[in-house]
Amino acid sequence: MIAAAIVALLITLALTLTRAFLGPSIYDQILAVNSFGTKTVLLIVVAGHALNWFSYVDIALMYALVNFVGTLAVMRFFEQYKPEGEQS
Amino acid sequence: MMIISLLSDICLLLGGILTLTGALGLLRLPSFYTRLHAASVTESLAAPLLIIGIILDTGFTLDSAKLILIIVIMVVSNPTITHALCRAAAHGGYTPDMQNKEKSQTQTDTCAKESK
Amino acid sequence: MIENLHLLINVSLLAFLVLIVFAAINTNNLFVATMLFGIFSFVTALLFLDLDAVDVAFTEAAVGAGFTTVLMLSALRLTGAFENVKHRHSVLGLLIVVLTGAALIYGTADFPSMGDANAAVHLNLAPEFIQLTQEKIDIPNVVTAVLASFRGYDTFGETVVVFSAGVAVLLLLGMGHVEPKQEPEQNIVLWIVVKPFIALILIFGLYVQFHGDFGAGGGFQAGVIFASGFILYSLVFGESYARKVIPSSILPRFAALGVIIYGVTGLASLLGDKPFLDYNALSSNPVSGQHIGILLVEAGVGLAVFATVLLIFYSFSGVNHNE
Repeated sequence: MIAAAIVALLITLALTLTRAFLGPSIYDQILAVNSFGTKTVLLIVVAGHALNWFSYVDIALMYALVNFVGTLAVMRFFEQYKPEGEQS
Repeated sequence: MMIISLLSDICLLLGGILTLTGALGLLRLPSFYTRLHAASVTESLAAPLLIIGIILDTGFTLDSAKLILIIVIMVVSNPTITHALCRAAAHGGYTPDMQNKEKSQTQTDTCAKESK
Repeated sequence: MIENLHLLINVSLLAFLVLIVFAAINTNNLFVATMLFGIFSFVTALLFLDLDAVDVAFTEAAVGAGFTTVLMLSALRLTGAFENVKHRHSVLGLLIVVLTGAALIYGTADFPSMGDANAAVHLNLAPEFIQLTQEKIDIPNVVTAVLASFRGYDTFGETVVVFSAGVAVLLLLGMGHVEPKQEPEQNIVLWIVVKPFIALILIFGLYVQFHGDFGAGGGFQAGVIFASGFILYSLVFGESYARKVIPSSILPRFAALGVIIYGVTGLASLLGDKPFLDYNALSSNPVSGQHIGILLVEAGVGLAVFATVLLIFYSFSGVNHNE
């Protein structure tokens, strides 16, 4: 059953990546990248338990925090950049 | 024990199915705000289920306490990101199209020109 | 089944890497490219985890996905977010890249197979380090033992390199001055949620610092995570308030203090009639001397890295873009 969960997570990662490439607006892409980060945390937990990776819980904990900081940084900088002038 | 192993399998199976559902929604739904709903299903429901499945498999150790902490972090941080993203999109001029359901993409996605 | 899972995960993650890089090259919007390189770092760290290199994965995630993304975004705020589109494709460039890549791939045919126990790199010093860690230092994490004790002089050099990177950024940019009117808009949800988060990040940074002997962790990772907490505060509440919490004048001094702590530990060994950075001289029992030495040295590294990372972030965010 863990193997099925890992396969499902890998397929989900591929689908989320597709949305990150396609997304017609940049907010779609930010959403997809954040989602990718969350799925990566889940993959570390599930595959780490199944394959006996060493100390995987600490890394998953740190990813969850770093994902939050990274996505907030992207949104903050994009907000500050946009009103100052857009070239399109 | 057998019942804990069975519960763990059920949680992992449900978590996997919900993750796939969320990703399918992220790919197929028509506009940004609807995709936001789909993504938040994954993060708020599928993630705790998967991690609870792993906790039931691990037993009562220090690792389980840290995994519960991961669940708490995810349940708190992902809706915050959803809220912040939605607000940023609304302030950036990307408004949802409520009346006109047929022509949704090309006319009202005001940010569609920028990213490519 | 475990073999198949390993293979599946490796192949999928490598395929993701290739796809991400193609997407990052194709897009014109540099914000999108930065975010895609953030996920590139995530996936690379997963691959490192699969190869059992836990400390490397930790550092890659903390630095690559967190700090580098924030730094690139700060730089984009100053330069502009769209790439200049060039309409000329260079055939000579493509030829050079293909030839160099082919030469490198041909060179890998001489490598031993991955994980081969008889490869030269596994035969000389590695078994000796593993055995000596058990006897002389007695901590479970061999990477920390090698980093802080067996190769301590090299890590001292790395800390000085990090410090000089901070000095270089200071010389080029300076830490600038932030007007109080540049506050971000009021967002109650974010303000309330982020406060306990920052506390959690800081506590986790301290946990990683002191837990480096037993699990994944150490000074470098802890410094970056600790600085990420302050960067989060600066992103959400505004840079002027962040500079009141940690004034910009204190950061170069902290960085220098970190390097000095490392050097003084080495000098203390000289006072005990042993070579520089030989921690056996720090206590009557050599093993506990090693423990004390590793603790002090990692604290120095953590402090220096924290101060340098925050200093670089302040420098980038303090540049006055065109008003």
